[in-house]
Amino acid sequence: MAIRNNRLTADEYKEQFSDIRPPFETNDAALVEANRCLYCYDAPCTKSCPTGIDVPKFIKQITTENLRGAAYTILVSNIMGGGCAKVCPVEKLCEGACVYNLMEEEAIPIARLQRFATERAIQEQWPLFTRKPSTGKKVAIIGAGPSGLSCAHALSREGVDVTIYEKESKGGGLMTYGIAAYKVTPQFCQEEVDYITSIGGIDIVYNQELGKNISLEILQNSYDAVYLAFGVGLARQLGIPGEQLHGVVDAISFIYDIRTKGYPAIPVGDQVAVIGMGMTAIDAATQAKRLGAKEVTLVYRRTQQEMPCTEAELNIAKLDGCKIVWLAAPKEITGEDGKATQLVCNVVKLDAAGIPVATGEIITFAVDMVIKAAGQMPFEELVSGNQLDNNKGRVIIDGHSTTSIKGVFAGGDCVNGGKEVVDAVQAGKDSAKAILQYLF
Amino acid sequence: MADISANFLGIRSPNPFWLASAPPTDKQVNVLRAFEAGWGGVVWKTLGSQVKNVSSRYSAVDYNGRRVMGFNNIELISDRPLEINLKEIKECVRLFPDRAMIVSLMADNDRNSWHELIKKVEDTGAHGLELNFGCPHGMTERGMGAAVGQDPDIARKVVEWVMEAATIPVITKLTPNVHSVVPTGRAAVEAGTHALSLINTIQSVTGVDLDTFVPNPNVGGKSTFGGYCGPAVKPIALKMLTTIGQDRVTSAVPISGIGGIETWKDAVEFMLLGATTLQVCTAAMKYGFRIIEDMCDGLNNWMNEKGFQTIDEFIGRSLPTLTNWEELDMNFHIVAHINQDKCIHCGLCYIGCEDGSHQAINLSYGNPYNTYSIKEDECVGCNLCQLVCPVDNCITMTEQRKGDEYLNWKEFQRRGLPLNDH
Repeated sequence: MAIRNNRLTADEYKEQFSDIRPPFETNDAALVEANRCLYCYDAPCTKSCPTGIDVPKFIKQITTENLRGAAYTILVSNIMGGGCAKVCPVEKLCEGACVYNLMEEEAIPIARLQRFATERAIQEQWPLFTRKPSTGKKVAIIGAGPSGLSCAHALSREGVDVTIYEKESKGGGLMTYGIAAYKVTPQFCQEEVDYITSIGGIDIVYNQELGKNISLEILQNSYDAVYLAFGVGLARQLGIPGEQLHGVVDAISFIYDIRTKGYPAIPVGDQVAVIGMGMTAIDAATQAKRLGAKEVTLVYRRTQQEMPCTEAELNIAKLDGCKIVWLAAPKEITGEDGKATQLVCNVVKLDAAGIPVATGEIITFAVDMVIKAAGQMPFEELVSGNQLDNNKGRVIIDGHSTTSIKGVFAGGDCVNGGKEVVDAVQAGKDSAKAILQYLF
Repeated sequence: MADISANFLGIRSPNPFWLASAPPTDKQVNVLRAFEAGWGGVVWKTLGSQVKNVSSRYSAVDYNGRRVMGFNNIELISDRPLEINLKEIKECVRLFPDRAMIVSLMADNDRNSWHELIKKVEDTGAHGLELNFGCPHGMTERGMGAAVGQDPDIARKVVEWVMEAATIPVITKLTPNVHSVVPTGRAAVEAGTHALSLINTIQSVTGVDLDTFVPNPNVGGKSTFGGYCGPAVKPIALKMLTTIGQDRVTSAVPISGIGGIETWKDAVEFMLLGATTLQVCTAAMKYGFRIIEDMCDGLNNWMNEKGFQTIDEFIGRSLPTLTNWEELDMNFHIVAHINQDKCIHCGLCYIGCEDGSHQAINLSYGNPYNTYSIKEDECVGCNLCQLVCPVDNCITMTEQRKGDEYLNWKEFQRRGLPLNDH
């Protein structure tokens, strides 16, 4: 048993990480599906989209070969509609609400159609939006993730000059650094960021981290308003013995490395245990398998009923050959010569309140790698250090995205603790509206 | 097993489905393939003075991704030498003596031309003649086709010439490019035609190419009015068929129905409104001759289910139920009902009624699914919601009569009964 990288050939890596939901091969294929859409009134799909994309309208526009109009309909509600088409858990959002489900028929493939409608707009940089003349107002945004970019775009359209401070060397946030490569490639994320900034008036300054290179105080003094969209990032520790052993990593760093270093450089074990059952856990487990791990086991302390990931995500893991163990709570990781060799779990059952309770039984897994995906923590120190009212590190805002500091707004994961990309985009829109009200 | 065979003026065919006069019936190879597939008969593509065709010839109307809802052609009558056509007709009759062989004719506009053509065609052993008074393009400019069918006096004259020479049954095919098909139909019947067939194609422009700005079909940068057919024209054909079936003069002769027939169900509808045989073209051009299998099978199963032994038992059966508007019962009233268990909450009934009809559907907000219910007092029983609902039998119309007695508009007015107050 060993942790090592470079397990596959170049072709194998390409195959393993190819698009899991490929686009329509032909125009006709998209039209067949688009024509199935019933064009619902006050459509459930639209109501189930956090950004409220007018889904029936854009699908109708596809059928009338008004692709430019379809792209605008999507992007005007969700400037990251291209990326969301690839990463949204649509089975619990738009597609999950499609009325065809109630007829026991396949839902309209809204995500694929959305991709069809936006792909060319992004690749060819269609100028669908124009920026009003500069008003002279300046806003600083912390974080070039979905929330920050969405806010920036909305502000720039109204003639606000935006500067985004991003601690990484690329924009896109979680889209770029935290999602399985078979869903969205870093290259696409770059194109999407470029598309958003192509409106003008948005300056992204990279490798600038709040609290390190820049301070909130200076930004407050230099700009008319500040929008905090720095997300979450710290991996939650399990707090069990053995976490320091070689071979124990957190899923956030694991995925970050895959996104930044290239597949061959990423080491994986022969026997990998992934702790957790959220979207990140699935992304880590499936990618470990695809990188060449012989055996990947997802360990979760509750049941399928309570799992945070969607069934579609679980199915990806199952199809990749990952094993699933329910009702097992990690107790400790043991090792030899400083290297992890065993994951020891309590077999638990759920009490009446749904809390996992140890049964006294123990289950152990032989491992050489443990990937922890037990959730992400807010940047509590950063938030408290800047005197922002917060709830365990989550920035508290009022109904107008305003923090406890005048002129400082916040939204997205740093407020909600970590939700979908599409939720962050909506938070950016809401905040832009609030900032515009504040400025003018 | 029901008997689906047809007897049309003594011309027998094992089923009532004939191929209409058109490209599928313009040569021996097609016609033999059609007979092998099971078609009951054919109307051979129109013979007359030899013509020359152009390229392209067809165009279509698509609807929501489905191709060829309507079809359009600018092709003329047969462009093959008459002698070859006659030889092939003779051969087809010899090989398939149990199938109906009708030959469509459009002679030049003089008595001799008609007489000569009829003589030659009768020599082939064909069972009947169909007079093409309907072709809406190309031939009309030469005073033929629809130019004949649009003028009852000319039609009468030509039918008279034909009847002087013909010794086999004569069917006159009517053009729909008139305000009513009845005057020409009457003229043809009074001049002695044995039967009528309708409809021929409807003059049309199927669309304009948004890149070239030239309408379809494009013939070197120009287009011309074509003849429209296919499923889109069926409702118009059924209406015209009904007027012929209800007219005192024209109802005396059998009718061969034409116009968008694609399935056995379409065929039965034509028969219920008076057609004895059915002619099909567009569907065969789109799918090939194999569609005849389900047409026969479906008709047979439907007849068995309804207890009909022969087609004569239901031909024209629905004609008496089509009446003038003023004969309709004003006390008859229906209201919509939405089955909440079947409803998929698409809201199409609501928005249709709200924007397009009588604002008689209530929307109760839900996330993501709204609930829709009928305001019975506001519902006028128009059927719109039921028509747009994508779920079968989710919306039903239930009878809630306004009064027990039959009350038509004339009587309503005579009694001075009140009109709507809002």
